[in-house]
Amino acid sequence: MNKTDQSVKINIDESLCKRCGFCIEYCNTKVYEADQDGLPLVKNLDNCTKCRLCELRCPDFAVKVEVENNE
Amino acid sequence: MAVNLSYREYFKEDALPLMWCAGCGNGILLRAITDSLADLEIPPHQVVVSTGIGCWGKADDYMTTHAFHGSHGRALAFGTGIKLGNPDLHVIALMGDGDALAIGGNHFIHAARRNIDITAIISNNFTYGMTGGQYSPTTPLSSKTTTSPIGVAEPAFDVCGLAEECGANYVARSTVYHVTQLKRLITAAIKKKGFNVVEAINTCPTHFGRRNVPGDTVEMMNYIKEMTVAKSRYEKMDDEEKAKYLVTGELVNKERPDFLSVYREINPAASESGRGEGK
Ligand SMILES: Cc1ncc(C[n+]2csc(CCOP(=O)(O)OP(=O)(O)O)c2C)c(N)n1
Ligand code: SF4
Ligand SMILES: [Mg+2]
Repeated sequence: MNKTDQSVKINIDESLCKRCGFCIEYCNTKVYEADQDGLPLVKNLDNCTKCRLCELRCPDFAVKVEVENNE
Repeated sequence: MAVNLSYREYFKEDALPLMWCAGCGNGILLRAITDSLADLEIPPHQVVVSTGIGCWGKADDYMTTHAFHGSHGRALAFGTGIKLGNPDLHVIALMGDGDALAIGGNHFIHAARRNIDITAIISNNFTYGMTGGQYSPTTPLSSKTTTSPIGVAEPAFDVCGLAEECGANYVARSTVYHVTQLKRLITAAIKKKGFNVVEAINTCPTHFGRRNVPGDTVEMMNYIKEMTVAKSRYEKMDDEEKAKYLVTGELVNKERPDFLSVYREINPAASESGRGEGK
């Protein structure tokens, strides 16, 4: 499956996020930006390469990257 | 046919939020382990995690597998009993650096020598996190801790080197930054029979980081990222350069017969009364 045939949704659970900043810092394509409090905001979803490293590197299971195959 | 299990089969979602500090890598290691179990499709009821005491020792609170939360330093002693009592179970010992190498150091060297079929996953955050940041046998030389305010004067153990010397069948090192490699090595270690060790270099921004890494949680993560180097690059370095890094990747992969196989050969009666052949 070609990655361009997939759509992506990113969910941040604000109550689980401890604002470590890993997802923001280590995303190669800068999908996230921090709000004043350090909470990651999904600013550039179109840049997402669906590598899911932000989900795997989230120490608090707060990031969920959902990849769906388009018809 | 692949069942396509998710880490969620092994992870207690309803126990969230995790107890660990912001930027502590324990949750990342937990995710890697539960992902590995899902990939291997080992049913949760065939897995026992044996833990000691410490921040990382709390990991079993978040797993749906069987768990034995024992006393500090004894995860391998309890794990050995569990494995011998029921060889069909996959036994995974989760230990901190203090747990595995200070108070539990003796169990560690003998588990390796015996080559008992246990996967040991060591979270090495260079400190006793839970008790407030004292130095451990893996604290890097000259690092500051609550018990070495001027800098620790003892050299650190090379955890993987120690495991290899003592006879471990499989030895690997990764970090909680290198999540893809970490999961791959944990999967290989769980799959393989014998005493298999994965050292996961971990972050403790609260204690180790506060005294040794100027900056925040991200700087703590950068510190462990920069102190490690992949085996392919490491092997091209001269000794002076090598001394500055911890090498990551698969470091030992042997085919030593495990303790139970040897024991059954020496004592055939044990096989007849044994409850299973194990993995
Ligand atoms: C027999 C015994 N001695 C000492 C302690 C106190 N103690 C609890 S956790 C710990 C060290 C934890 O360090 P580590 O194993 O590296 O785990 P971390 O908290 O860093 O994950 C110590 C000394 C104890 N609980 N039991
Ligand atoms: S004290 Fe250190 S090891 Fe313990 S939860 Fe906090 S960051 Fe993690
Ligand atoms: Mg520790």
